Amino acid sequence: MSMVLRGAAAAAVVLGVGLLFTFEYGSVETVQTGFRGVAMEQNYRASAIPASIAANQLPEPIDRVEPEGELASAVYQNVQVLGDLTESEFLRTMTAITAWVSPEQGCTYCHAEGEELSSDSLYTKVVARKMLQMTRTINVDWGSHVQATGVTCYTCHRGQPVPTGIWFADPGRSPAHGMVGNPAGQNRPAAQVGLSSLPSDPFSTYLVGKEDPGIRVIGNTALPTGNNHSIKQAEWTYGLMIHMSESLGVNCTYCHNSRAFADWSQSPPQRTTAWHGIRMVRDVNAEYLLPLQGVFPAHRLGPEGDVAKVNCQTCHKGAYKPLFGAPMIADWPELARKGPAAPGQSAALGPRVPLQ
Amino acid sequence: MAEYQNIFTQVQIRGPAYEGVPIEAGPWVRQMKPGFSYWLGKIGDSQVGPVYLGWLGLASILCGVIAIEIIGLNMWASVGWDPIQFIRQLPWLALEPPPPAYGLRLPPLNEGGWWLLAGFFLTASILLWWLRVYRRSRMLGIGTHTAWAFASAIWLYLVLGFIRPLLMGSWGEAVPFGIFPHLDWTAAFSLRYGNLFYNPFHMLSIVFLYGSTLLFAMHGATVLATGRFGAEREVEQIVDRGTAFERGALFWRWTMGFNATAESIHRWAIWFAILTTLTGGIGILLTGTVVDNWYLWAVKHGVAPSYPAAYPAAIDPTTLPPTGGVR
Repeated sequence: MSMVLRGAAAAAVVLGVGLLFTFEYGSVETVQTGFRGVAMEQNYRASAIPASIAANQLPEPIDRVEPEGELASAVYQNVQVLGDLTESEFLRTMTAITAWVSPEQGCTYCHAEGEELSSDSLYTKVVARKMLQMTRTINVDWGSHVQATGVTCYTCHRGQPVPTGIWFADPGRSPAHGMVGNPAGQNRPAAQVGLSSLPSDPFSTYLVGKEDPGIRVIGNTALPTGNNHSIKQAEWTYGLMIHMSESLGVNCTYCHNSRAFADWSQSPPQRTTAWHGIRMVRDVNAEYLLPLQGVFPAHRLGPEGDVAKVNCQTCHKGAYKPLFGAPMIADWPELARKGPAAPGQSAALGPRVPLQ
Repeated sequence: MAEYQNIFTQVQIRGPAYEGVPIEAGPWVRQMKPGFSYWLGKIGDSQVGPVYLGWLGLASILCGVIAIEIIGLNMWASVGWDPIQFIRQLPWLALEPPPPAYGLRLPPLNEGGWWLLAGFFLTASILLWWLRVYRRSRMLGIGTHTAWAFASAIWLYLVLGFIRPLLMGSWGEAVPFGIFPHLDWTAAFSLRYGNLFYNPFHMLSIVFLYGSTLLFAMHGATVLATGRFGAEREVEQIVDRGTAFERGALFWRWTMGFNATAESIHRWAIWFAILTTLTGGIGILLTGTVVDNWYLWAVKHGVAPSYPAAYPAAIDPTTLPPTGGVR
């Protein structure tokens, strides 16, 4: 065999073996969701479903307790959020939070060892307070997105002090230094946008401000009537949408009719839920995460020095409904009501106790 | 007798190498002593050379190298000059056109300036190569069909990267240089303008593109299939048909009731190829300049049908009054 043939055969083998790793294995099931023949369907890889279901199970329930005893605000000091719970409810909730957030670290993850329970000397306690306020706000004010399912700490934390699926501002967004090689915030394999070359941090643009910076780029008239959104803006919106698709484990057609992405009258009802979800995430980031700047120590901050923030992945974690729609607050009505605002304290942080 | 019922080219002509017709006097001559390659002979002619570079070819290659250098070095710089990451991430890397805020003004080098430079040199390279194709055709005394077919592809390239951005008033409308990035750009383009599939010129372009592959397959298959009767002399058969052509013609009359001639099949092929990029370019040119949402355009003109509802119609939440309690 000539050298050329041998070389070609070797190259073919290397390429062929390499290609094997690029295939996705397992059969894909297609479920039709719209009128026949218009490609309104969802694709699932059947072999991946058992693992996904196993990874999205509720933790062991904690038995309900009679609302006995005095209010927590009367029994304990410095209870700013859950003061309207009775002592029994309060203890049950504290037990659950430990199981949801810091099962290995225990109570001392937030309550400094050897100090009064009321001490705010650990940053984790200050953050936890803010997160409890956030949980209540989501359950009370954001029924448009979480419906009656609601959220608890476990929705995001899943037994980890720092939840997966949080995000920080991407340093690649900032204007490039030097003379060459500006990636313009895109053009690398970014997991957040499904390994596409789309802008890798659409979150800093679309999920932090209170105002909508213009996710919608498609015009609503046939002929040009002043819609000057650029193709580059369309790529940023596209990046955000791919993030949503990846976070929920669904196709574009879960929310959109792909023949007319912009048209609400042809969209599945899930699009409305998602629309409220985007606003909920913005609200959560603006009201509960960004104000924690200065509370988190440096090693919890992102490369740009910003605090962790939430996006769709933080709760959904690949499921079309977090934990596949398991009712989160059925057992926790305490987390689904607004507590009384603590007197003399801003709703934001409460008094800071200097670190010791 | 030659045998054509196989996958690879089996016939290789080996004789004294053909140097070509005499060329006009000039500073350039045909270079490279002709040789023969067995492996090239498997897929084409085994004779390699002589080649004619010429001023146009030299200038074109020079401009092309400059463009590729600008693009490649920017890509490499974007991964911090890491050679391994450059190879690993190459399909994702790109040189982006300027941000839309710059309009048609000259941006700083690292904010699209390099893209403009690369675009200039790539365009110069392509146009010089077109001139070279035209001039070489003339020099050989053959028709300039190849040059005009090439011009149709250049039309689409110029519409995408130059003419449409000019009309839209922003270099940012143009295509990035990059493998995945230009594909993502294409998808974003269709999304932004309300689904390009409803653009009639896009429809035409697809018809001609798919039609080209069909015609290519039909023609190539017919000639190979009738090769044993002498069909490789297909151009002579325009006037002197012979049994190979008659059998091929009869085959198509039997199977689809109609057949092209040895001349007209080549006209079908060249026009389908040319019209693919010609109509495609028109479709791109109209997008954003004349039509903003192709789906709504298609509804307006009765092109897009409506389907029975499969779920309750959603209502744009921004058109609803905010409800108490629920934000």
